[in-house]
Amino acid sequence: MAQENLVPVVGMVTDIRTDTPDVKTFRVVSPDGKKPFEHLPGQCAMVSIPGAGECMFSITSSPTNKEYMEFSIKRCGCVTQAIHDLSAGDTITVRGPYGRPFPVEGEDFKGKNLLFIAGGIGLAPLRSVIDYVRAKRENYGEVTIIYGARSADDLVDIQEIENEWKKEKGFHVYLTVDRPQEGWTGHVGFVPAYVKELSVNANATAVLCGPPIMIKFTLAELLEEGFKKDRVYTTLEMRMKCGIGKCGRCNVGDKYVCKDGPVFRMDELDELPDEY
Amino acid sequence: MKKIDTEHLAALYAAIGEKYPLYLPVKQGAAVNFAPYTADAEVDLTQLKTVKSPKDLFFPQSEEMMRFEKKDGMWQIYDLAKEQNPFVLFGVRACDYKAFEVLDNVFLSDPKDTFYAHRREAAIIVTLACFSPKDTCFCNVFAIDAANPQGDIAAYLSGTCLYLQAQTEKGKALLDSLGNINGALCEADDTDETALGGIRQKAKAAFEQLPFASLDLSAFHGDMKETFADEKWEKLSQACLGCGACTFVCPTCQCFDIRDFKAKDGVIRFRCWDSCMYFDFTQMAGGNPRTTQTQRFRQRFMHKLVYYPKRYGGTYSCVGCGRCVEKCPQHLNIVKVIKEFSKGGKEEK
Repeated sequence: MAQENLVPVVGMVTDIRTDTPDVKTFRVVSPDGKKPFEHLPGQCAMVSIPGAGECMFSITSSPTNKEYMEFSIKRCGCVTQAIHDLSAGDTITVRGPYGRPFPVEGEDFKGKNLLFIAGGIGLAPLRSVIDYVRAKRENYGEVTIIYGARSADDLVDIQEIENEWKKEKGFHVYLTVDRPQEGWTGHVGFVPAYVKELSVNANATAVLCGPPIMIKFTLAELLEEGFKKDRVYTTLEMRMKCGIGKCGRCNVGDKYVCKDGPVFRMDELDELPDEY
Repeated sequence: MKKIDTEHLAALYAAIGEKYPLYLPVKQGAAVNFAPYTADAEVDLTQLKTVKSPKDLFFPQSEEMMRFEKKDGMWQIYDLAKEQNPFVLFGVRACDYKAFEVLDNVFLSDPKDTFYAHRREAAIIVTLACFSPKDTCFCNVFAIDAANPQGDIAAYLSGTCLYLQAQTEKGKALLDSLGNINGALCEADDTDETALGGIRQKAKAAFEQLPFASLDLSAFHGDMKETFADEKWEKLSQACLGCGACTFVCPTCQCFDIRDFKAKDGVIRFRCWDSCMYFDFTQMAGGNPRTTQTQRFRQRFMHKLVYYPKRYGGTYSCVGCGRCVEKCPQHLNIVKVIKEFSKGGKEEK
């Protein structure tokens, strides 16, 4: 696909899964039934319904999935509402992949223990990494996943977490919800507090994604536990229109989140003005 | 070098216009702007600053990019990029020419913006030297020599003569192709060259005497985060209305929006200029990282004076054309920002 002219390709929505009251996961293929394009974990794509608009979303599925692409999308604005109104069989447009991925084949990840911490829809971009690690299990060490949401109903794709992640060898999955609720027997409390409670081992590379406030307090907790900022990764969200570092919208410091990110190491973010 | 008497300029425009689409400064009402040449166009080469910069010849204020049409439940996508034939852009001042290079860094860096790239490649640019700058000019702060502009052909207007010097192969080919325009276009001689040299020297001195000639940019070379966190932004931005006039007249501002509209034959996706000064520029459904005008104001100037130079090898995203100085309804501008920061924190009486 030519990235230059911002012209997308057609995508067919073949399956829609309702994950939570406001998150659905959309399975997308090309009209010929193949995956629209290849990507790397953490990269994004512009998804659009012509007439409603176009927005940047992280690609939730792992690149090791060769059949289709998945996007977990939270309904929170005009375009996401239009996407939520789609039915299986409808067509959309998609272009990408955009941005710098997680360096899953780099020395910070390969052979290392990995700690994933996510809040709410923040799990969506991490899922591509987690499922990539599962597909290449022998290349990575112990995997710890701490995932929290407002309520048990807001945990995205709990089926995969319960049925697959929890059963994966060397995977330790910890779930938490903000407030007690009927039927939930698991942990209750915010993610940063849970991280403290679990006293996570600093001999790992950490990957964070979630609301800014969660990132802020979780990072403080990790530093307390002995993590170094150059071993903590996150992925940023900013408004984007072009996806190729030209429209100016996602500019932070001398970086464009769409092109130089969305994945950044915490020590890299320290170099930038505090604007995200 | 060639020369033509100013009374034959209409013949020169006609000769170029016969070969290529020609854009040049045209008086339309009270304003002079770059517009297509027509036989009755009121061309004005004496106007120092067109209201809008000529950037929209490469990066139009609005352009349609693609069209979508649903057929049998399936979106069909049509690329609306048109083939671009060569055209001539005549009378570009040195600051505006430098601004093209500033835009090039953004639009021609990988991945290239094809809409922009095609127009840029197709253009033959005739620049026009400035000999009597206005008080709002400060291009020399950015090392631009307005009396000796770059471009495919450099033009110099002096007295009743327009001198034309080809500076690239493209420029030479255009100049040669014009013939002698019924004897009006002829070779300049040594006397002309000497006289022109003198005028250029004098112009250089005039630029050095301008009120903003000695603006000091060193305050922006320090720690990015410190400049960002400086309290001065609050005071500097207090009067800003967020109207965006500065970004629209700016020859280097390049931010754009992409939007859809429903047309008779489907959906047209277009892009248009946008402004980081607008409150919804970074608005997302889930929040906005810049909720105050101070934050937006700071973004604009940090981008021009700190972020852009850091990203693109020290080049500033300002060329000192001074349009913002003239157009801001609140008399805010980049000059005030630079001056305030060069005070080094000390309040001046």
